[in-house]
Amino acid sequence: MCRLVAITSDEYFSPVENILALETMKEGHDGSGMGLILKGLGGEFEELKDYPILSGICSREGINKLDSYMDMEGFRLKYAWTPKTRHVRGIRARDYYFARVYDYPDVYRDRSFEDKEALLLRARIRLRNLGRDDESIIVFSFYPDIITLKEVGDPLQLGTFFGLDKSPLRAKIIFAQGRQNTNYAINLYACHPFFIQGYGTMTNGENTAFIPIREFLSSRGFQGYIGYNSDSEVFCHILHYICKRLGYPLFYYKDVITPLNEAEISQRPDSEAVRFLKMSLRPLCIDGPNCVIGFTPDGTCFMVQDAKKLRPGVVGGVKGKYGLMSEECGLDSAIPHRDKSRDIFPMKYDMVIVRPGAGEVEIWNQLHG
Amino acid sequence: MEPATRLDNNHELTLKDFPYIVRWRDDRCKRCGRCTAVCPMFAIEPAVIVQRVLRSEGSLPEPKAVRRVVTIIKQSTDIGKYCTGCATCSLVCPNDAIEPEYNPRHKFIFHKNKGGHPYRRGGRRNSPGLSTLDRLRFTRISMLTDPALDAGRHEFRIRTYLGRVLPAEELPLKVADGKLELDRKSGKFIPPVREIYPVMIGSMSIGALSPNMWEGLAMGVTYLNEVEGMPVVMCSGEGGMPRRLLKSRFIKYFIPQIASGYFGWDEIVRAIPEMIEDPCAIEIKYGQGAKPGDGGLLMAHKVLKLIAEIRGVPMGVDLPSPPTHQTKYSIEEAVAKMIQSMYMAWGFRVPVYPKISGSRTAKAVLNNLVRNPYAAALSIDGDDGGTGAAYNVSMDSMGHPIASNLRECYLDLVAQGKQNELPLIAAGGAGKRGNLAANAAALFMLGASAVSIGKYIMQAAAGCFGDEYNRCNVCNLGRCPRGITTQDPRLYRRLDPDVVAERVVEVFKSLDVELKKIFAPMGRSTELPIGMSDGISADDPAIAERLKISYVC
Repeated sequence: MCRLVAITSDEYFSPVENILALETMKEGHDGSGMGLILKGLGGEFEELKDYPILSGICSREGINKLDSYMDMEGFRLKYAWTPKTRHVRGIRARDYYFARVYDYPDVYRDRSFEDKEALLLRARIRLRNLGRDDESIIVFSFYPDIITLKEVGDPLQLGTFFGLDKSPLRAKIIFAQGRQNTNYAINLYACHPFFIQGYGTMTNGENTAFIPIREFLSSRGFQGYIGYNSDSEVFCHILHYICKRLGYPLFYYKDVITPLNEAEISQRPDSEAVRFLKMSLRPLCIDGPNCVIGFTPDGTCFMVQDAKKLRPGVVGGVKGKYGLMSEECGLDSAIPHRDKSRDIFPMKYDMVIVRPGAGEVEIWNQLHG
Repeated sequence: MEPATRLDNNHELTLKDFPYIVRWRDDRCKRCGRCTAVCPMFAIEPAVIVQRVLRSEGSLPEPKAVRRVVTIIKQSTDIGKYCTGCATCSLVCPNDAIEPEYNPRHKFIFHKNKGGHPYRRGGRRNSPGLSTLDRLRFTRISMLTDPALDAGRHEFRIRTYLGRVLPAEELPLKVADGKLELDRKSGKFIPPVREIYPVMIGSMSIGALSPNMWEGLAMGVTYLNEVEGMPVVMCSGEGGMPRRLLKSRFIKYFIPQIASGYFGWDEIVRAIPEMIEDPCAIEIKYGQGAKPGDGGLLMAHKVLKLIAEIRGVPMGVDLPSPPTHQTKYSIEEAVAKMIQSMYMAWGFRVPVYPKISGSRTAKAVLNNLVRNPYAAALSIDGDDGGTGAAYNVSMDSMGHPIASNLRECYLDLVAQGKQNELPLIAAGGAGKRGNLAANAAALFMLGASAVSIGKYIMQAAAGCFGDEYNRCNVCNLGRCPRGITTQDPRLYRRLDPDVVAERVVEVFKSLDVELKKIFAPMGRSTELPIGMSDGISADDPAIAERLKISYVC
């Protein structure tokens, strides 16, 4: 079972907090990889929030290919950040880890944000394809105010490897996942958290309905619905499809992935709509065991469980800082001085939501709508 | 020198030529005559022979030859009176003195064409081997990395949709006060959709079936819905439905079928104003898996009073259904119009879908229906489907197996992103060897939204003798020894509709448990695992490649 640590705060904090929480939760071998997504960036990125950040890894040949492609597209490099990596035994260092801030091509300067998002998606996919065969380019995200770091190894060692303990890198929302040993020989694209156009998720558990969901998403005619090196990537794309493509409020994500039965739907004030969603989005129903933690473009974080609540998950914290994690000991590590009696363990009907600023926790109950 | 009695019996058949040889035991038989009375084919008859017996009655052996006249049971070697192996004789024999034995080296079909009439029969393809469906195994077992579900504890929803499902992008929904609501001003047509149990009873008509059999099935289906809460539905087959059922609230559990003879539809249309509920759906039959491209025929001797009334025809006349609808000149127009006409009859409140026989042209039909917003589903009937009457050559040699036909159609829908919009109903051979749950689950995972059964329910609910060794299979003659496919009251009174109904309920309840026992270890419970092709594997690489699933050995 993977370890999940999401922390949302009204102040900037270091990803080391997430890594230490992962370490606290560690039982057995946790070395299949770690992914980090930072949103609401501070430090040197605070002034660059309007510019897209390309996060990834390149080989020496790959960086040349990347540069020439970005030049050709008209992107101009504004700022480049690379982690100060250290040698750590057991971690195979790749050539170049980066988060590069670009300015949009001139022709996009006055275009709508939707147009810009489409451009960023196209560019990310193109770069991914350019480096696919020889792994010379691996790109995780290309979006404003988002940095993604991924590598295979033990989370704590990776923190040292990336020099995060000494780095000024800070953010207000940080998602981290440590993968366990069922997926050792992994492709880095299989490493959570996943991200697409402002939406991110990480998930615990296997997705038994993966193939029908993948086929449904892949056939939506949206170029971003690709990849699926991990069966959990679909949870992120479902979120994007529901909220961005269809424009539904966030709660309906829960209705789509864990639909109610007819007797329950009839109790909902919006029963007509929920019934239609259940029918039209039937292939997106998950059957667990899954705990999904996600965020939306505005910085809202949430946790939902599969309909049988087969995975652990807990939300707790103090005003201004909340953690959404797979186990309570992780929460104890990250936010020790909270009132534990107010910790929330989301059950089958719950969507637990923490708005930007981490002021409070809301529980949306699917039965009541 | 030739004897006075000629010994050349050429142009006669030997018992060795027949598919079943009756084994009769003189020592057990009490000559009650029950076996000869029930034999639907008159294949056995009482006969009198002279026996030469050696007897010795004294204290010392003094054998004497005695000739005596005895009665025996004799099997006919007339090809018209062949033993079908139904074993009704064994069923009624009080002393276990008689039973038919299969003769694998028979030459029956060399001879069964007297008068130039090819062999016709009922049943299904005589292919007793493993079907493709039986070669699929469920190999994705959830264990440790993802806990298996508990078939006895977790909530399972084994349901499916019948009807055209709008894609989410086309749903007339709007956001108001942070909630989704139906936009009633959009004017968008929302096709009717039914939530049903994913295994349905396929089209078998009153006429093909006896009144008792049909009534038993109908009562079973109604009980499942009303008492057990299982929305099992049943298709009428061509030939209408009893008027009192049409006007009852139970019509919602039935799917009236319209086929090329349009039998029964005068009565159905006349009943529409008096209907208090809508039917579940309407099925338009364009083809049948057992006899693709062939029509139907209800023989005159089956058209008795009840049938004549329901079908709106005179008694005692042959009722042929042509191979094709006479109004069908193109799928783009005629079929589309027919679908729309049927929608109009019920005010666009009832899903209408076509049924075709399995065929390499199925994808072309599918693609047309995908573009017809009124087509509610496509039912594909594979070549292992059954029938009440067809030419043997049609059944044994014509048609397309359901597995690859269904898979191809489903993947075609996936390629277009329409896999959740037009449900595929798979039929033809589900449960052929009794493994209904396994076959049905495999069909769901290959892409079927629902599975239709016919022969299986006749075998399971009414004890139909038919099998793939050509046992019985005389549905076409109206002499069904079980009373399932006959209009002869002397035969169908053997069948108690209440017992049939009880068995239907038992069969579906047990099927439900078995489906859960398949889905639970695979980690699926909330929605039917339609298209979950990573869950199944084939034991043959060629099958695996064709179906785009994994191969295991």
